[in-house]
Amino acid sequence: MRTLFKTGYRQDLRIWRHPGDILWYGLLGLVLLALPRLLGEFYIGELGAVYIFAIAGVGLMLLTGYTGLVNLGHAAFLGIGAYTNAVLLTAGWPYLLTLPASALLAAIAGVAIGIPTLRMSGLYLAIATLAFGQIVASVLEKWDSVTHGFNGLPVPIPEIFGFPIQGATGVYYTALVLLVAVLWIAANILRTPFGRALVAIRDSEVSARSMGINVALYKTIAFAVAAAMTGLAGALFAQYVNFLAPDSFDVLLSVQFLTIVFVGGIGSLQGVIYGALFVRLLPQGIALVRDDLPGHIGHLPGLEPSLFGLFLVLTILFQPTGIYGGWLRAKAWFQDFPLHRASGFRRQRTYARSERT
Amino acid sequence: MALFRAENLAMRFGGIRAVDEVSFEVTEGEVFAIIGPNGAGKTTIFNLISRLYTPTAGRMIFRDRDITAIPPHRIAGLGIARTFQNIELFANATVLQNLLIGCHCHVRASILAQLVFAPSARRDEIAHREKAEDVIAFLDLQRYRDSLISGLPYGVRKVVELGRALCTEPKLLLLDEPSSGLNTEETEVMGFWIEDIKKDLGITVIMVEHDMNLVRQVSDRVMALNFGRLLALGTPAEVQSHPEVIRAYIGGEAPA
Repeated sequence: MRTLFKTGYRQDLRIWRHPGDILWYGLLGLVLLALPRLLGEFYIGELGAVYIFAIAGVGLMLLTGYTGLVNLGHAAFLGIGAYTNAVLLTAGWPYLLTLPASALLAAIAGVAIGIPTLRMSGLYLAIATLAFGQIVASVLEKWDSVTHGFNGLPVPIPEIFGFPIQGATGVYYTALVLLVAVLWIAANILRTPFGRALVAIRDSEVSARSMGINVALYKTIAFAVAAAMTGLAGALFAQYVNFLAPDSFDVLLSVQFLTIVFVGGIGSLQGVIYGALFVRLLPQGIALVRDDLPGHIGHLPGLEPSLFGLFLVLTILFQPTGIYGGWLRAKAWFQDFPLHRASGFRRQRTYARSERT
Repeated sequence: MALFRAENLAMRFGGIRAVDEVSFEVTEGEVFAIIGPNGAGKTTIFNLISRLYTPTAGRMIFRDRDITAIPPHRIAGLGIARTFQNIELFANATVLQNLLIGCHCHVRASILAQLVFAPSARRDEIAHREKAEDVIAFLDLQRYRDSLISGLPYGVRKVVELGRALCTEPKLLLLDEPSSGLNTEETEVMGFWIEDIKKDLGITVIMVEHDMNLVRQVSDRVMALNFGRLLALGTPAEVQSHPEVIRAYIGGEAPA
């Protein structure tokens, strides 16, 4: 077991807690960079999708996990980012501009939903964001002149400094770089007053206000930042699917994002990665065993969404700290090996709020 | 010199006059206690001063500045901090994080600078950490520094909440029933801390309190309220022997 000796306040501000962290994350980075040389096209594409979902998941984690604002319309931000990217690329914009533009437009949409819902929380906010998601989905469907509705919108292959970003490998690397950037920004948010203000708003709005936190401002910014990250993910998503159809950004996708946050482990950035892996691997897992299942279970319509819902409910009931919480618990068990106490991880209070004010 | 002044302060909820034309002055460096039976309007006065409520009438002057219409999140920055009757700490954060939130009103770095952790954000963080450590040392909270609030006993939480208010570096500290939920010994310790805050830190304190022993121990002046109206104002001994106050607490014949 490692014991850290703290000798300065700066030490608490570092992202890496000790040299071991740098070593292991460095190794992980090298492996991830080398993977496209080792694995086939299909796996690289799937991993790229995991990164894309993780980027959107980081956004939702900041919003739901840290600020306590439930969002059932998160797919709308992904859709706005995806369509912005596709439309602007078609219009001939360079990729390095369409990416920030997608994030910006999604952020504006985030402010647009954030301001009217400032006084809402819990179920009411869930319903409002659900409605917002539906509105954006209908706009994407009906605004033929821009989105081509159900005819779909092909996504051009972008270039960065003359190099075409195409295929699974291209998406993989852009998503990896942007995921690292988004994680860095999220880590910065969490170690500065901004992040603490978000947690304060989640835990007690009235005392956050008397500590000098402008609750309305921070809630709106939280929406904007979460939406911007998701818009960025949307731009990559457009690249990943190559062809946009309005019905891919429905409430089921929003539920998948919530699953990332809850199953991964609410209130942790590592959890987002685990959650994204889970959400992208579950359909593959279903596909693998589909034909071996007895009867027609494997081919029931709606099997996948119901499994997502089931896992979401089971996690909230039985493992509220998600995969990451389970990992921490396992780690603690091994570290204290013969002396482990079961009470060390007893759950104190739920993170996500219901209608309690 | 008056640090805080309330002029004809009134707050009505529908037909109920929670605070009815109350005027008082708090002098710099004193401990000013507000007492009164349940529903007398004590906490309402606190919510008015911290601007969670907007008064229906009257004015509030703090350091020669009218604060009657200032938004609530700016109150802490002006130098008024408060605690809550039922502890409003951030339960899923550590003691240290709670204290750092207290430093929020002194943040200089812009949100953009915080997103990229610019040098200004780093400077802020280190300055806040130093302030929080000062408060930890002042209130003897060292051993709880990294504990989650949700795992701490009630008495310690009360002290942490006091510490969080001190982190805002207030001129005026509002304590809403600092002794509620504490046992006799903890109440006595709380009394010593209030005295230290007044003497060592030079912070003016307004407190709502039911425990008359604590009130006698620490306060310079006492204001008694009943049904939103001012009954008596003076030294603890004067107010305690005031006939109106005795009547309000133990009942009696209406004055002839």
